[in-house]
Amino acid sequence: MTRFIERHPAWALIIIIAVAVSLWLIFAVWPPGLEDAIGRKRVFLNALFNGITLGGLYFLVASGFTLIFGLMRNVNLAHGSLYLFGGYVGYAISASTGSWILAFIVAFILTALVGVLLQVLVFRRMEGQDLRQTMVTIGLSIVFADLMLWACGGDFYQIQTPNWLIGPIELPLITAVKSSGEPVYLRYPLVRLVIFLASVIIGIAMWLALNRTRIGMIIRAGVDDRDILAATGVRIQIVFVLVFALGAGLAGIAGVVGGTFQSLSPGEDIRFLLASLVVVIVGGMGSIPGAALGALIIGLAEQLGSVYIPTYAIVVTFLIMVLVLALRPQGLLARR
Amino acid sequence: MSVTHDARIQVRSPASSAQRRVARGWPDLNNPAAWIVAVILLIMPLIANGFFLIEIFATTLMLGTIALSLMFLAGYGGMVSLMQLTIAGFCAYMVAVFGVSGNANISLGWPWWLAVPMALTLATIFGTLGGALAVRTEGIYTIMITLAIGAAFYYFTNQNWAIFNGHTGINNVATPHFWGVDWRSDIPFYYVVLAVAALCYFAVDYISCAPFGLALQGVRDNPRRMAALGFNVNAHRVAAYAVASFIAGLAGVLQVWNYRQISPGSVSVGACIDILIIAIVGGITRPIGPYIGALVFVLLRTFALDFLVKIGLDGNRFRLLIGLGFLAIVFWSSDGVIGLWQRWRQSHRPQSDRPGGGRGHG
Repeated sequence: MTRFIERHPAWALIIIIAVAVSLWLIFAVWPPGLEDAIGRKRVFLNALFNGITLGGLYFLVASGFTLIFGLMRNVNLAHGSLYLFGGYVGYAISASTGSWILAFIVAFILTALVGVLLQVLVFRRMEGQDLRQTMVTIGLSIVFADLMLWACGGDFYQIQTPNWLIGPIELPLITAVKSSGEPVYLRYPLVRLVIFLASVIIGIAMWLALNRTRIGMIIRAGVDDRDILAATGVRIQIVFVLVFALGAGLAGIAGVVGGTFQSLSPGEDIRFLLASLVVVIVGGMGSIPGAALGALIIGLAEQLGSVYIPTYAIVVTFLIMVLVLALRPQGLLARR
Repeated sequence: MSVTHDARIQVRSPASSAQRRVARGWPDLNNPAAWIVAVILLIMPLIANGFFLIEIFATTLMLGTIALSLMFLAGYGGMVSLMQLTIAGFCAYMVAVFGVSGNANISLGWPWWLAVPMALTLATIFGTLGGALAVRTEGIYTIMITLAIGAAFYYFTNQNWAIFNGHTGINNVATPHFWGVDWRSDIPFYYVVLAVAALCYFAVDYISCAPFGLALQGVRDNPRRMAALGFNVNAHRVAAYAVASFIAGLAGVLQVWNYRQISPGSVSVGACIDILIIAIVGGITRPIGPYIGALVFVLLRTFALDFLVKIGLDGNRFRLLIGLGFLAIVFWSSDGVIGLWQRWRQSHRPQSDRPGGGRGHG
């Protein structure tokens, strides 16, 4: 932290000012002039929270993507299909059993199985040929998309939120003050907060697993130099299968989350593939903290953009990507 | 380690490239098959009716030209760009915006001979900027960045109403009439498409043997050595993007004239990937590949429904067929249909250099 300030004083100042301004925007009661200029605080806070929780969802999708990429150099363009597959499985389970938690478990297991099958049957045969693997994932994503269209049709599905999570809760954040002097607090859907917390916990668990356990050490060594790791006697194929299963399973969980937040339909696979691409390009390829930061930035940009500059929201996301590529092509938090 | 190395594996074909280079000083002139194909293409309006002429052959040539621009980048430059269709679509949008169309509040109403050069210029600038962005990183990231550009453009056209008219797109785009000819009527349009496709084909063929093309292939094979020799690696790559953007833009102009409308559906991510499929299925080692791939693709797209229904399957599973075919090509022939044909022709020779071998230091 202090080293960062010493090395980049200007950036540190900008970041500190940005943090201070956003904290003020979140906690202070907005003066009327500001409300006239950029709209009501409730709208801003809702967009902010939507952005952060969407960032949590993006993190779930992108962390699997970046994990697979980091270890195997495999740009898995079928990742969006795994997301959608997980969502459909989750929908089927929750519709038939009524259990939301069970939907997560089954979706994780089934997508992880698909991931294992992909790794064992397909990618192991063409190890080290990045381009060919990517082509295969493109072909697979087309096949999966059509199979899912065949099986589920073109309808929209939404996974039922469980009863104990329905409804908003009041957060201790003042959105406005009534004329009587009584403060109005922000009300926000509980389910989105719970899911965001869950994705934070998953992120921290992944970070701990990668940095504090033996298997995590092996995976990090594999990210740095796969060949030397294999030469030291680690059975790297098992590690590959494990990581692929975990990454795919995370996409499946994200599918259930996305199906609860939003809806599932053909085309969502492409949307979330794009989101994970942009997130890992911004955050840094193969880096879990990078995926978290990228997901937060992209989620916020998307939601705030769609509130304040509706027709150019996608351009904001894209400009962020361009800016990062221009200033730091390897991504914000990647080592190189 | 970079994708350029893999691209080299991919483009290695049974006839080593050095041999091929010697064999064709000015290509195809003494190849009877090429002459036969050329004559057939020229007299096509005599044999084919309007449907075949436009829906099959003109569409093939247009898609093939877009795929040709991808082949130029991927085969000679080692950069697999998924945004070639986006550039073509951008150019098509620009023709509609600057030219005459049914959406009078958007179109500026310029005559076609002004609107088309403008659109081509803008498309080339757009593609070059995208390329400049893509060459900031190496190899496999190119796919990710160009795919992100393509997807962002698709969502942008959907959202933006001021220029791109949202998801309805721009309709009733005017097509050129001059010298008393309606150039969009079937036969003249076929010849326009054929002329543009031939021009692009020979231009790419020529560039591949010109100093620029050779330097580009050097950059593909070993960027570090080329840099040491004094070549500006990134400048060559960006210039390759500029050339490819111009080719894609030309095809985009033809596309908007063909359909007389342009909408986000024509620049969707699926369509971008279709171009990659066309190029890979045809083979990305030489300029004829994309056209072969496009012919296969268009024939499948047009007749798969009837065919599937005839053998008792669901006719809507066309994309499944395409995807499986693409997977099969990627699995068994890294050089597409051309590679299969060449392998079959040279099957008596020992196959020492089949692709998919080990990896060196790139």
